[in-house]
Amino acid sequence: MDSLTLVSLVSIFTAGLTMAVGSIAPALGEGRALSQALLAIAQQPDEANAITRTLFVGMAMVESTGIYCLVIAMILLFANPYWNYLVSRAGG
Amino acid sequence: MKITPDQIIVWQWGFIHINATLVTTWGVMLLLVVVSALVTRKLSTGMKMSRMQNLLEVIVTFLNRQISDVGRQEPAEFLGFIGTLFVFIAASNLLGVVPGIDPPTGSLSTTTALAICVFVAVPLYGISRRGVIGYFKDYAKPSILMLPFNIMGELSRTLALAVRLFGNMMSGTMIGGILLAVTPLVFPVIMNLFGLLTGLIQAYIFTILATVFISAAVEVQTGAGSSDTHQEKGE
Repeated sequence: MDSLTLVSLVSIFTAGLTMAVGSIAPALGEGRALSQALLAIAQQPDEANAITRTLFVGMAMVESTGIYCLVIAMILLFANPYWNYLVSRAGG
Repeated sequence: MKITPDQIIVWQWGFIHINATLVTTWGVMLLLVVVSALVTRKLSTGMKMSRMQNLLEVIVTFLNRQISDVGRQEPAEFLGFIGTLFVFIAASNLLGVVPGIDPPTGSLSTTTALAICVFVAVPLYGISRRGVIGYFKDYAKPSILMLPFNIMGELSRTLALAVRLFGNMMSGTMIGGILLAVTPLVFPVIMNLFGLLTGLIQAYIFTILATVFISAAVEVQTGAGSSDTHQEKGE
């Protein structure tokens, strides 16, 4: 197996693994936040505005770990520096 | 596949490259300035007003209310900066659904520039309100041992601000592109509609986080640790 094949194999596998593992924790956290917010809104419907706003901001923060994983996976798939380096070395 | 509009070169001369991000950024700026200038030429104070004046008033009132609710500050001082952030990000995110326009917020350079603006504005507002010593004393709280962690927190929340907006906008266009290859007819349309919602929410979140950071910096300490209760930190 030459190094180009190896790099593409590892990149694709790792990109899938990154998304699979990296989306578990944010999903659990967001689900928990949402369920608590729904509970709070059901108990205090008057405070729905403040609760929804805090929920959005908090969810965005929880989600950022998931977004990091997505960015890493996208870089591995579409803008992989090692791949570009190997291709340029093989070409030139 | 191109993941940022930075890679689309519109015009180049020598070592100067004009890429799609620059073009759409200036386009959005031009659009905002021209529309606002045209609308504010003939303002009316009565009950009868033009539709666009109504729209601008709704936006300004909304921003004022958010700043005073979230930041617990008088909004007038911060409206210029925070309002510009919101209007620019929202306009560029919403323009993403127009065919042929790549939203400039889908490029890491734009979002980094916006996050650096926030990074610079926080100490500026803090120092102008509380003085140099009063502002920088906050970094050594609760003890001097926390100094490196506070500085690291400041840097990493700026990074998080930039990557969050970039990741969301990039993934929106990306998922649209991938779905176009898998299920060509209906799903890309739905994902584009969903992208409108995501775009507005991300603009809102960026604005609110900037408000939170700035208001935490300008807050005047009244008693010992009384204001620590609502100092939020963005990772």
